[in-house]
Amino acid sequence: MTQDTDNVYLDYAATTPVDPRVLEAMTPYFTEHFGNPNSLYAAGRQAYSALEEARERVAAAIGATHPNEIIFTGGGTESDNAAILGISARAKAGRRHVIVSAFEHHAILEPARLLGKRGFEVTYLKPSADGRIEPDALGSALRDDTALVSIMHANNEIGTVQPIAELSALAHERGALFHTDAAQSLGKTAFDVEDLGVDAASFSGHKIYAPKGVGVLYLRRHTSFEPLLTGGGQEFKKRSGTQNVPGAVGFARALEIMIEEFPTEVPRLTALRDRFVEGIIERIENTDLTADSPERLPNVVSLLVKGVEGESMLLQLDHLGFAVSTGSACSSGSLEPSHVLLAIGCPPEIAHGSLRISLGRFTREADVERFLEVFPPIVERLRSMSPVYEKMYGAGSG
Amino acid sequence: MQYSDKVMDHFHNPRNVGVLQDADGVGEVGNPVCGDMMKITIKVQDDVIADIAFQTLGCGAAIATSSIVTEMARGMTLDEAVSITKIQVAEELGGLPPAKMHCSVLATDGLKAAVDDYLVHDGREPISGGLAHDDPHFDPHAVAEDDACEIPG
Repeated sequence: MTQDTDNVYLDYAATTPVDPRVLEAMTPYFTEHFGNPNSLYAAGRQAYSALEEARERVAAAIGATHPNEIIFTGGGTESDNAAILGISARAKAGRRHVIVSAFEHHAILEPARLLGKRGFEVTYLKPSADGRIEPDALGSALRDDTALVSIMHANNEIGTVQPIAELSALAHERGALFHTDAAQSLGKTAFDVEDLGVDAASFSGHKIYAPKGVGVLYLRRHTSFEPLLTGGGQEFKKRSGTQNVPGAVGFARALEIMIEEFPTEVPRLTALRDRFVEGIIERIENTDLTADSPERLPNVVSLLVKGVEGESMLLQLDHLGFAVSTGSACSSGSLEPSHVLLAIGCPPEIAHGSLRISLGRFTREADVERFLEVFPPIVERLRSMSPVYEKMYGAGSG
Repeated sequence: MQYSDKVMDHFHNPRNVGVLQDADGVGEVGNPVCGDMMKITIKVQDDVIADIAFQTLGCGAAIATSSIVTEMARGMTLDEAVSITKIQVAEELGGLPPAKMHCSVLATDGLKAAVDDYLVHDGREPISGGLAHDDPHFDPHAVAEDDACEIPG
């Protein structure tokens, strides 16, 4: 239903289609039950009940103790910005140091950079070559004046999952608060705020088959926080603006489906993912898994295809109906290849050949097989057009 | 960012791909670290480009600009060939996204390098007036500046 026969969508880490069950849950709140949840009359109360029920369901799904720890936002980027800026703005006296990992999403790196301009000292923690933030590395970076640590739960480009429970415990030992960007991991690997010991966490609706434009910020009770948006004082004065009721209802339903289907979907995706990795590495020489950590998302395949530029692979695949993504500089119009790949120590000439395939609810085994048929000739053709492939990687190049 | 139909045509069906055997001039420009690299080989008769071929490692625009520059240069005099500008290459392709304009410099530089290589081997002076890629201050990505993607220190 979401994938026609000609096109194969393999970019679920970028965004997902809205699941029809989610859409169905949302629909009445656009039309019939359109009231403002802050109004006192019946239509408002109806919207209010739906919003609060959604909040309770999200709280229960992530192990939050109180529903008012769930703040609905306009998306993952807003949640990240609010966490970094809002928590540091109310840091305890004398705490002017913030730690983030160097391979965070830009929605974390940019507010962190802003903090640097506002007089905070920011440490960018380098991940290991296998895509992990080692607890020892955080241990050495933590200081007595560290206010906040933010380490993503799973990396969006390479899919590696971080040891959040260990990392948050280290931060807490030094009196620092801990935030995690869980946009990519929610519903794909276990997430419980108590198990992980986080003070704040960011989530995005459109990564879990809810629509774009809705997100959640989990903020543990009694965490001092300055809101990004002020005004009518909605969301416990932590995020003003009339709430996106259908969005909140959709988010809650989407998360419940993720959790219900987790026991069957995670093994299914893991098998498909491994089939992709093995199939590609077997068929195409000089191709490697990007970061060889065993702790990785079940749905992200990140590969380095040596001697080929990523955008040209993406365009060729697009021509045949496959949607994938790359960390090549040329794909984004930016100066450098992906900061994630550079952060894990991948040389730029190799990072240009990165390919991310991300799987989801509507990916089928036939999609994998079709991809494995069409992809090797694409790589072969591009390599044959390269003036340096033989020299750099060909037989006899050493 | 959108590519024109003509860019996509040249990307999917590149003209004159390969390496000419017994080439009279060879131009190699770019660097795999920057993600793009080009090699042009030419055959010259009476100071006219009689045959031309290219190999390119790079993005869609790098391949398309390489392809079109070989079509433009075939049959041109050497003087005409080294006068092709990056703007002409982009125009010939129906335009390029701003972030991709530097790719057309790769193509014009590759051609200039091949012409100069031929002339030097023929015992004559180079005529291209130098390559953008040889300028130590040349930043191929200058138009693609996007400080949001700066790498944190």
